[in-house]
Amino acid sequence: MQLFKFKGGVKPDSNKTPSLQTPIGMAPLPALLVVPLHQSIGGMPNPLVKAGDRVFKGQRIGNADKWISAAVHAPTSGTVLAVEERLAAHPSGLTTLSVLIAVDGDDEWIERTAVDYQALAPEAVREILRDAGVVGLGGAVFPSHAKLTAAQSVPIEDLVINGAECEPFMTCDDLLMRERAEDIVRGAGIFRDLLAAKRVLIGIEDNKPQAVAAMQEAVEACGENFSVVAVPTRYPAGGAKQLIRVLTGKEVPASKRSPEMGVQCFNVATAYTAWRTIAHGEPVLSRIVTLTGNVAEPGNWEVLLGTPLKDFVALGKPGADTSGYLMGGPMMGFELPSLDVPVVKASNCIIAGSLALFPPLPPEMPCIRCGACAEVCPHELQPFEMYWFARARNFGKTQEYKIFDCIECGCCSYVCPSRIPLVQYFRFAKSEIWSREREKNISEAAKARYELRNERDAREQAEKAERVARAAAAKAAEKKPLPGAAAADAPAADAEAAKKALIAAAIERARVQREQSETALDAGGAETQRTQRDET
Amino acid sequence: MFSAILIMALGAVVLGAALGYASIKFKVEGNPLVEKIEAILPQTQCGQCGYPGCKPYAEAIAAGDAEINLCPPGGMEGVRKLADLLGREVKPLDAEEKPKQLAIIDEATCIGCTLCIQACPVDAIIGAAKQMHTIVAALCTGCELCVKPCPVECIRMEVIRENIDNWKWKYPVVELKRVA
Repeated sequence: MQLFKFKGGVKPDSNKTPSLQTPIGMAPLPALLVVPLHQSIGGMPNPLVKAGDRVFKGQRIGNADKWISAAVHAPTSGTVLAVEERLAAHPSGLTTLSVLIAVDGDDEWIERTAVDYQALAPEAVREILRDAGVVGLGGAVFPSHAKLTAAQSVPIEDLVINGAECEPFMTCDDLLMRERAEDIVRGAGIFRDLLAAKRVLIGIEDNKPQAVAAMQEAVEACGENFSVVAVPTRYPAGGAKQLIRVLTGKEVPASKRSPEMGVQCFNVATAYTAWRTIAHGEPVLSRIVTLTGNVAEPGNWEVLLGTPLKDFVALGKPGADTSGYLMGGPMMGFELPSLDVPVVKASNCIIAGSLALFPPLPPEMPCIRCGACAEVCPHELQPFEMYWFARARNFGKTQEYKIFDCIECGCCSYVCPSRIPLVQYFRFAKSEIWSREREKNISEAAKARYELRNERDAREQAEKAERVARAAAAKAAEKKPLPGAAAADAPAADAEAAKKALIAAAIERARVQREQSETALDAGGAETQRTQRDET
Repeated sequence: MFSAILIMALGAVVLGAALGYASIKFKVEGNPLVEKIEAILPQTQCGQCGYPGCKPYAEAIAAGDAEINLCPPGGMEGVRKLADLLGREVKPLDAEEKPKQLAIIDEATCIGCTLCIQACPVDAIIGAAKQMHTIVAALCTGCELCVKPCPVECIRMEVIRENIDNWKWKYPVVELKRVA
């Protein structure tokens, strides 16, 4: 099979060997689970349980909100202690609404039912996946069901299953492919059927020969015609757009998403959870997490979502000089704010850091515009220009240089000879632009409401004046007959004049009333004013 | 000689007609500068600038009657943007810069007088006479106009705290180190 190349990329030390020595271990049940409700991109799921409820393993505790959102489940049986704000596995160190479950140790399942997905409509299967909380487990946690709709105009040619795992240190997908290849292949089959894809390509970096062999074997065992392809090891080969380019030669342009090019991409672990959901009725309750870095026993564990990090890292026996923990890889991950955060669907790897492993960055030096960052950028951007403008807070210019195409892979920071934390500047600029966008939308909506309100006030006032005038005219007409019958054929002009006089009288009355209320207010009679307003 | 004059005259007539037509057809309604200024203002309609709303303030700035540093919700950032747009000097804000706020009604105390509803410029308060009122948090601009009219003082302003949805990555800090 012909492979293609993506531009740029780097080759950092892989550091994968230590965590590959042992098979996937089962992490013991913790005493307490802290399950955040918001574990995917999109809407915040609505809690379905309250303090004191007993929950079973696999019971839904958060319902997907809107289409782009995914449900959350109780990872084991127990009692809900509270639904409250708890520290999130997020670089901000802020809290998020979480369900606290006291584990009872019975691990008692709800009723599980396998479904025959081929007998169901694709919409129904997508709904099942959403309600089982199936999201992209490569780290981006985008709800998978939302990616399983083919673009209307373009049929899906290729389904790419991403087993590249290009981040250093990370081995969770590697071991999953070695040990549970058949489930992954069957999950990929579900995705293929839903998207009606013609080809299925499983891309795995060539530094994982055992995973390639295992997947090959599983494909044959399942009788599928998927191609398992070893792709050259080069960071970030596991980026969706990069892997699509390497395997199919298609370049997804900035303005489009891959389905519009006839390609869709899923992580291997996502395919695995989709199969567990459909064939076994098991929602996403756990994930494989690599625990490595400054630990005595690195390895991979199947961990229940919501397991406090404290309990989890103890399994690896971290060194005494551990200075902090990274979630994700060293290239794209972030430092966790504390050990109180739980393991979530996005936690693919936890790295214990120490000064020896990650020495502090030397001070930032001025940019010499050497262009090394532009050479390694896999999206062919010009990081040095974006840096310049982000630094000067000139966000319009950063957008002209396409900052939103940046995938924050970290290649530019990795090669920068001046050690400039480029990605941090880009993240800063992106979140500033988002926040401005949000504020602008809010202020525009406020302005629209203000204008509508003014219009309504003017209209109401006009209507009121008209009503008063009409009532007065009716009153005048009642009184009129007395002066004589002459008024009967009476000139409309006369009535008109009477109307005008009445309006003037009404305005005068209103003025007097207003003055009175103002004096009342001045006299400290807020209460009087209120009653008067009530009367009007 | 005559034909040259004729050609020039004809040219003048044609171009004049084109310009005249264009000035009618593409007439700019309103002052575009006011609109640009208004787009920078935060649209809280709070009146803290001394004008009865964002648009009157924008008009006053455009006419040169008002300073550009009178809008507290816009903050220094707003002053800087206005200075940029108008080519004026950046001046320090003529008030204290406050964090973004949100009005909250103590629903137990509310007597349902509708005064705050009448005061709210952006229709962010829901309620009816003698019924409890409440503020739609997503619509509130934090202008504080509802606080004063309340006869039972049940409206308070609360600073909007940072949460995961509005959290922003910080500007990378460059550490200063003594070299020698």
